[in-house]
Amino acid sequence: MPFQIPQWFVWLHHKLGVDIFNEASQVLMLFIWGVVLFVLIAIVAKSAVVFMVLMERKVLAWVTQRKGPNRVGPFGLLQTVADGVKLLFKEDIMTPGQDKFLFTLAPALFIFPVFVLFAFIPFTDYFTALDMPVGALLIFALSSISMLGIVLAGWASNNKYSLIGGMRSAAQAISYEIPLILSVLTVVLFTGSMRLTDIVTAQQTPLGPLGWYWFYLTPLPFLVFTIAAIAEVNRIPFDLPEAESELVSGYNTEYSGMKFAMFFLAEYAALFVMCALSVVFFFGGYNCPLAGVTMPWGTLIDSTYINTPVIQSAQGLISAGVWLEQQIKLPGVAFLLDQLEKISWTVLKIYVLIFMAMWLRGTLPRLKPDQLMGFSWKFLMPIALLNLFLVGLQKFWAYPNDTMPDLIASVTGNWGYLVVWAVLLVGGVGGFSIWMSHNLQEKLKARFVR
Amino acid sequence: MAIPQLELPEKPGFSSLQGVTFDQGLSTEDMVINIGPQHPSTHGVLRLVTTINGEIVKDMEPVIGYLHRSKEKMAEGRSYFQYQPTIDRVEYLSSFFDHYAYVTALEGIANLKVPKRVQYIRVICMELNRITSHLLWFGTFLLDLGATSPFFYAFRDREAIFDLFEELTGARMMYNYFRFGGVNADMPVGWLDQVRGVINELPARFDEYEAIATKNPIILDRCLGVGLFNLQDCLDYGVTGPAMRACGVDNDLRKTQPYSSYEDFTFDVPTESVGDVYARYKVRMAEMRESLKIIHQALDNMPGGDTAEVKKIQAEVDVVANEIKEAQKRVALAKKQEQEPVAADVTLAEKTIPVINADWQTYGQKVNLMTFKPPAGEAYSQVESPRGLLGCYVISDGTPKAYRVKWRGASFSNLTILPSLMIGNLYPDLMAIFGSLDIILPEVDR
Repeated sequence: MPFQIPQWFVWLHHKLGVDIFNEASQVLMLFIWGVVLFVLIAIVAKSAVVFMVLMERKVLAWVTQRKGPNRVGPFGLLQTVADGVKLLFKEDIMTPGQDKFLFTLAPALFIFPVFVLFAFIPFTDYFTALDMPVGALLIFALSSISMLGIVLAGWASNNKYSLIGGMRSAAQAISYEIPLILSVLTVVLFTGSMRLTDIVTAQQTPLGPLGWYWFYLTPLPFLVFTIAAIAEVNRIPFDLPEAESELVSGYNTEYSGMKFAMFFLAEYAALFVMCALSVVFFFGGYNCPLAGVTMPWGTLIDSTYINTPVIQSAQGLISAGVWLEQQIKLPGVAFLLDQLEKISWTVLKIYVLIFMAMWLRGTLPRLKPDQLMGFSWKFLMPIALLNLFLVGLQKFWAYPNDTMPDLIASVTGNWGYLVVWAVLLVGGVGGFSIWMSHNLQEKLKARFVR
Repeated sequence: MAIPQLELPEKPGFSSLQGVTFDQGLSTEDMVINIGPQHPSTHGVLRLVTTINGEIVKDMEPVIGYLHRSKEKMAEGRSYFQYQPTIDRVEYLSSFFDHYAYVTALEGIANLKVPKRVQYIRVICMELNRITSHLLWFGTFLLDLGATSPFFYAFRDREAIFDLFEELTGARMMYNYFRFGGVNADMPVGWLDQVRGVINELPARFDEYEAIATKNPIILDRCLGVGLFNLQDCLDYGVTGPAMRACGVDNDLRKTQPYSSYEDFTFDVPTESVGDVYARYKVRMAEMRESLKIIHQALDNMPGGDTAEVKKIQAEVDVVANEIKEAQKRVALAKKQEQEPVAADVTLAEKTIPVINADWQTYGQKVNLMTFKPPAGEAYSQVESPRGLLGCYVISDGTPKAYRVKWRGASFSNLTILPSLMIGNLYPDLMAIFGSLDIILPEVDR
């Protein structure tokens, strides 16, 4: 492949009057490409949410045998835009007795961390705005801030339904964040890194989808993560903060216009982020699900270059900039194709998970608060802790030297690992079903006491 | 610092939280919350003044009357027939039952006979209406529990049945079809087959609904052991219908005091022994299937069969009757002109004029609806509505207007038990318990 410098890139530098190989120009380019990347992320986030709102309505319509929105634009594609315009022009109603400052702050506090989280999602190994070494930790630190927005909204609304919704949300967030983080901790423990791209790279095995953590660490951490994530984003069956039949609309009862729209957008954005994290942690991120298949453009990339220590150690923003400065030394088209392929896999996987969440919403009823709490503390927490312990064992047996050996060799060489895996899978699934049926029997028995 | 303690009543409200202590060393304050009159799950305009502590209901007082339209007083100001269209609005989800109660009360006063065919038509109407009412209950009950889809599924089947009603009565919800001593018009030709087509599909649909809901762990969690009451509570509060049958009593007017030929049909009265929300759910789901059984029997044994057959026989009878009548006229004319009538005419004229089987008529005795004036007297008629015992008491003073009409709605009595069930339970249990009682507010307020 001949070495090519993009003509427009040289032209741009020439016009800007910067020397392409000058250090100062590199800093400038860092800044410019940082901004470009963030704008890109913002566009991705907004368009993803706008599409998801329509998708949810269409999926729910499909589940309930309706047609869904089909009036605005072809196939109703512009429905969300129309809704947005409507919300934009709506009166922003404030009722007396509200804490104006907090009432206005709450939606912003809710939406801000969620949209920041988009920057952490590794759509590809390079298209990730913030690839931090402590990514997994920071994500959950940020996502818990948005719960404050809900509590504030409930408190500032001067509405009893909102207040109950806000309080429920606080209780729910505290209860479900722990199993959520514990299940992610198993992944972090096994990978040995909190950097999201590392976690994705670690799932790059010859086994393909079976080497991803949803299967490789047994489905239990994934199930715990899914349940807790659905509770975190307040969706059915855990949508108690906005339980329509109980609390009218919960914490956002008093909101209208753009403030309501911000809550609405943030909820969908949070769902997108949670599904994206699920893809990263358990579904191999941008890895191709076809085991052992390399796309033609994949072979063209200079792997030695990508794995240089500079790229590995630099933080996402810098690495992106450095890469863009050095990228001109690479065959650009192959790289672009590779990136596009990875983005496609990521987005596809994310939307499959989002579809599952929407499907759940069309199927399940809502829990009671005491059951919600009980489920988290009495069921998810012990399972998550047990998982953590077992994954520790798994790691100890499969990778005693804390390295990444060839997977097949490790499996055949370590029967202990295979046994642990089988016990985890059979015991976990079997135990869950036994627990469920036992629980049911107990309840049926308790019914006849009176 | 004094720590407030919640006191949980032992009877009749059964708390799902019994055995749980609320003394957690925290000082908490009660909050009075007005649920309704405009609230998504009050199914109308009910206001529940509820005192809650956290999520626990400490006190509850239903405030009713927001939809009071003086339906009973209205009867005193208009003629019997003019009043009839307004009772559709008393209980708009199953208005055939209100009409039946009202019409039979007046049939009792005026001593009107009802042909068998009419009785069967009424049974089909009422049982189909029971299914639509229970379907709506199924949808809204699960909607109250947070499941959105069953609402749409239930409405799909409800719409199919409403199409049948529209075909029959011209209206989808406000039917106004029963008349004193009959029905407004005979069924459209082929209607029986249409009904058969619709109800043949329903059992599979019910199976689907039960697959969604009946063994769903979340629904079991929310329904089992919640909102318990027993037979004594039913008698104390006047709870009837499926809610009573869920306490283990097979009290169903269709069996105990069969009306409108219900004694012709074989069906079971579904009961459950426990008396919680789940038992009420199971009873209603089973009742829909029993209704299908009754409808099938009524369709198969409809006196006269399909309207096309009745019309055909009627036409044949009319031809013969016309011949006889004309022969009689000719004989009479001949006698008047003092001539000898034709012998054939004489034999024909001596024959009795044939009439169609009295059981196949749509009226036992035609009454002029506008001038309908039953004799002075009073009558009470009751009917097993989807919500329970529905009674109508009519006093006539011999004028074209009723002296007094009194309705006994099942929803009103069933609502009275709600506060005692709620106290000590969680706030979200309200939706399960209230939904399971299947109350419709227009019937409460009237």
